[in-house]
Amino acid sequence: MKILVAVKRVIDYNVQVRVKEDGTGVVTDNVKMSSNPPDDNAIEEAVKIKEAGKATEIIAITVGEEKSQETVRKALAVGADRGILIKTEGTVEPLAVAKALQKIVEKEKPDLVFMGKQAIDDDCNQTGQMLSALLNWPQATFASKIEIKDKTLEVTREIDEGLETIEVNFPAIVTCDLRLNEPRYASLPNIMKSKKKPLEILTAADLGIDTTPRVQQIKVEEPPKRKAGIKVASVAELVSKLKNEAKVI
Amino acid sequence: MSVLLIAEHNNKEVRPFTLNAITAASQMDGDVHVLLIGNNCGDVAKSLSEMSAVKKVLQAEAAHYENYLAENFAPLVVKVSENYSHIVSSANTFGKNLMPRIAALLDISQVSDITKVISADTFIRPIYAGNAFATVKSTDAKKCVTIRPTSFEPCETSGGSAPIEKIDASEEFTLSKFIKREEVKSDRPELGTARVVVSGGRGMQNGENFKLITDIADKLNAAIGASRAAVDAGYISNEHQVGQTGKVVVPDLYIAVGISGAIQHLAGMKESKIIVAINKDGEAPIFSVADYGLEADLFEALPQFLEELNKLNSIQK
Repeated sequence: MKILVAVKRVIDYNVQVRVKEDGTGVVTDNVKMSSNPPDDNAIEEAVKIKEAGKATEIIAITVGEEKSQETVRKALAVGADRGILIKTEGTVEPLAVAKALQKIVEKEKPDLVFMGKQAIDDDCNQTGQMLSALLNWPQATFASKIEIKDKTLEVTREIDEGLETIEVNFPAIVTCDLRLNEPRYASLPNIMKSKKKPLEILTAADLGIDTTPRVQQIKVEEPPKRKAGIKVASVAELVSKLKNEAKVI
Repeated sequence: MSVLLIAEHNNKEVRPFTLNAITAASQMDGDVHVLLIGNNCGDVAKSLSEMSAVKKVLQAEAAHYENYLAENFAPLVVKVSENYSHIVSSANTFGKNLMPRIAALLDISQVSDITKVISADTFIRPIYAGNAFATVKSTDAKKCVTIRPTSFEPCETSGGSAPIEKIDASEEFTLSKFIKREEVKSDRPELGTARVVVSGGRGMQNGENFKLITDIADKLNAAIGASRAAVDAGYISNEHQVGQTGKVVVPDLYIAVGISGAIQHLAGMKESKIIVAINKDGEAPIFSVADYGLEADLFEALPQFLEELNKLNSIQK
């Protein structure tokens, strides 16, 4: 079995994101970048499946600028066998990413495609579902547990009401929740080894994909600031404030 | 052109966020038609038809619609979508799972999780866990939009008498199969719509200690929330998680107990009207968004809090 894992390079989850003064976006210069956290879970799950002898190859792929190679290299260091970068410029919307991934899926013919359930930068939560639609494959989104059966995959999904279990045939798309597993860190020897693993670089144009955004970003603003609050000295004071000042209880 | 709103329901009742989505849809165009896809869902059709903002209900029924698999829903929505300018649903796990599948089939770049309708093609949506708000304009002829339920008021549930039109079901997608749903039944208000939310974090130390939270929630008729850390540690189940990758809540009162206030948690609750933080670490980031902060050991503060609430003559419900 072959698993394709899509990863994305995003601003690190610990960074306090700042809006640019001219309202054209957020500050990315000299800001720490990392792999999108649920994509780490996607890689981890693929590696675990391979370690259990149920997969033979893991391909890590990203769509983004030249530097996104770092994110693919990280996936290689954790256990992916080879990497693909589809090079693009500027903002690439989930629909264009899904179309690019579709081309690769048609070429590589993986049995499973894993990715994080959402990217923590644009918070779109679209790419996996879109790719499933384009391929007419089953989609198992927001997965917190995956069990490989004979010819199917049983997936537990985190939904608003609790948990849902579905069974999907191969080939399928799985979008991973943060609770799917505990991503490992790459060891230094593995980081060194990953540098020798193959990484193919293509462009969106090579694949015939038009990445022109269809949704124009008109402006980006700071969220409204909350007015500074106060510290109360005791529980009694807190309850009194909630009752008589805020009038919420 | 009209707006097509995809209803979320359980075949018996309309799920509450559908009401918020109808309000958002009516701000894009006054002619809102609701598409109800389900199985034996006549009561749902009737209640939708009674909503004053709804001008028409389209109802498709089939056994394979019973459990809302996106693979079964999407082709039908695509078929119906022809005469509509917008396709709308709520940005909860229902709409998040379904809408992108529809959008890709229609070759539309979806606009996710909007908090405001500026015009029929321009919307505001939070990005980077709500640390920035983007105003975006869709240039696709047809729009696929999911709305953040807590940013729109629920619509009126009466005053309307929309016609109910039955439409043919689409074929079953046989490669995906529903197995089971484990819903946690509770008499408490739903987390997404509760007036008061009491949330616990890693500081609760274990699941048993959440009793301190439930006691207070009982008193305040509150829903119970949690930080990701508390859910990951197994103190409480996943449907309680508030934050960037969990639920977004905007209650009148949000009480954060033993929650440090990571960016990802703040993303899910910082629009709440009044925020209370109880934490023994006076430097915890949660205090930066709290209207009332109490620097205290929660194991002392929560029993006292309950005692103080018991002293009150009346508590709002």
